[in-house]
Amino acid sequence: MLGINDPWIIGVYLLSVLSTLLCVAYGLVKWNKGG
Amino acid sequence: MDILLLNIIVLVYILAIGYLGYRGWRETRDSADYMVAGRTIHPYVMAMSYGATFISTSAIVGFGGTAGLFGMGLLWLTFLNIFVGIFIAFVVFGKRTRRMGHNLSAMTFPELLARRFDSRFIQYFGGLVIFFGMPMYASVVLIGAGRFIETTLAINFDLALMIFSIIIAAYVVLGGLKGVMYTDAMQATIMFVGMAFLLVMTYSHLGGVVQAHRALTEMANLVPANLASMGHLGWTAMPASGSAWWWTLVSTLVLGVGIGVLAMPQLVVRFMTVKSSRELNRAVLIGGVFILMMTGVAFVVGALSNVYFAQHDGIIAIAAASGNSDSIIPVYINAAMPEWFVYIFMLTLLAAAMSTLSSQFHAQGTAIGRDVYETLTGVRGGRSIPITRIGIVIAVVVAVILGYVLPPSIIAPGTAIFFGLCAAAFLPMYACALFWRRATKAGAIAGMVAGTFASLFMLVFVHQKEAAPLGIAKMILGRDVLITSMPWPVVDPIVVALPLAFVVTVAVSLATKPPAEEHVEMCFEGID
Repeated sequence: MLGINDPWIIGVYLLSVLSTLLCVAYGLVKWNKGG
Repeated sequence: MDILLLNIIVLVYILAIGYLGYRGWRETRDSADYMVAGRTIHPYVMAMSYGATFISTSAIVGFGGTAGLFGMGLLWLTFLNIFVGIFIAFVVFGKRTRRMGHNLSAMTFPELLARRFDSRFIQYFGGLVIFFGMPMYASVVLIGAGRFIETTLAINFDLALMIFSIIIAAYVVLGGLKGVMYTDAMQATIMFVGMAFLLVMTYSHLGGVVQAHRALTEMANLVPANLASMGHLGWTAMPASGSAWWWTLVSTLVLGVGIGVLAMPQLVVRFMTVKSSRELNRAVLIGGVFILMMTGVAFVVGALSNVYFAQHDGIIAIAAASGNSDSIIPVYINAAMPEWFVYIFMLTLLAAAMSTLSSQFHAQGTAIGRDVYETLTGVRGGRSIPITRIGIVIAVVVAVILGYVLPPSIIAPGTAIFFGLCAAAFLPMYACALFWRRATKAGAIAGMVAGTFASLFMLVFVHQKEAAPLGIAKMILGRDVLITSMPWPVVDPIVVALPLAFVVTVAVSLATKPPAEEHVEMCFEGID
């Protein structure tokens, strides 16, 4: 997958992208909250 | 490369910095403006300033080069930088920090902790840890920037260092945190553009994402014997479990830098610069994307540079860089990228160095002006600003002198030492301050002192990377480290000092009288 064989590296590659998407989703959902 | 054109680009950049520093100076009217930017900073400026302070030249060039040497295992640090350094830091710690900082009118990180636990000792001890611990970290960034300017703009190193220091000192001393954050935001924008180009161009050069990774995976047989003996199994594989490199990756890079970021004073103070948690919500989005584009790109490109050099020169990246991992990224940029991009990347590195340094100098200045001078003399408010400004100038001078007098072998671990020290000294107390109402002043002080000294003990006697160049263990014990059996010489101090400091903080808190209810209520006003 992704040209990489080690599941730990595939995992962390995807985790890095997913954690960024988590930040984006959180920011969008909470955009007008807490003001 | 056209040196004249590059100098003109840098001059325009410095003029823009000067204008933003001037804007900061014009808008600074009192100590709150100078120390916490008036608590009214825009979320874009806050997030980009946090990111630019977080990411220095060493994160891009130094750690990018390490990825060129050891591969994509370093992406665990990217994941932690985003998940812990942004998401957990902003959502879990940041919102409470902002609210509690507002409740207690705190303007620095040590002041927040001191007022939460009602202790002057915490404030000046914390201020001293910052003022004396940070110069090593600052000198690493400053000297790196000086060398970089020397080689790219073809000017003398001493002159480069002097000009660079004076420019930063000017806008930090005059503009305060507003000047620092405005310039940070511009510098972060330049960094983002530079790294985005670098990622796209690298993958397109190597035939796309999957093809580039596959080519790197197939190079595992090219790992040199000396790296293989340290646990290196290829550039798209984790190191051998329990090997020396595995311990370094997991304990120093992942825990030390990944967790240590939560208690960095110059980052924590950013949470106190916005007016409500809505700004922090918006900043999470910006910060997450920014950090991915910084460390994620640097580590992936660093590792993939091996493919480029293998295809073009038949050698791996560390060989192309003549054995110096710090040169891998610059050598790759010069060899693989078009000339116009080299200019953009030069500016990216300059921005990364300046944004980190300006915040370090501001944190040191406020540590000496607000946390030490005000606390010990009782002088309050704007009257300590001149002392803070003098503190900033002293911090700049000390960083320059350290860069000249200390050998590179001692300067190199400077970043890790400060990250580890801050994590052990401040993180247990900081976490308890925000989340545990029962935490007491005695517990906080005991944990801070235990963490500081446990961290220093490990640095001086146990962790080989710092203990060997410091030479104190050698002088007393006759050998580089106290415990020579593996894995202790490669276990980062944070692995021992941080849990110890947490245990001491909790145990002493439980053994002492709970804090006054009304004080705790005031601290937690508006915090669920």
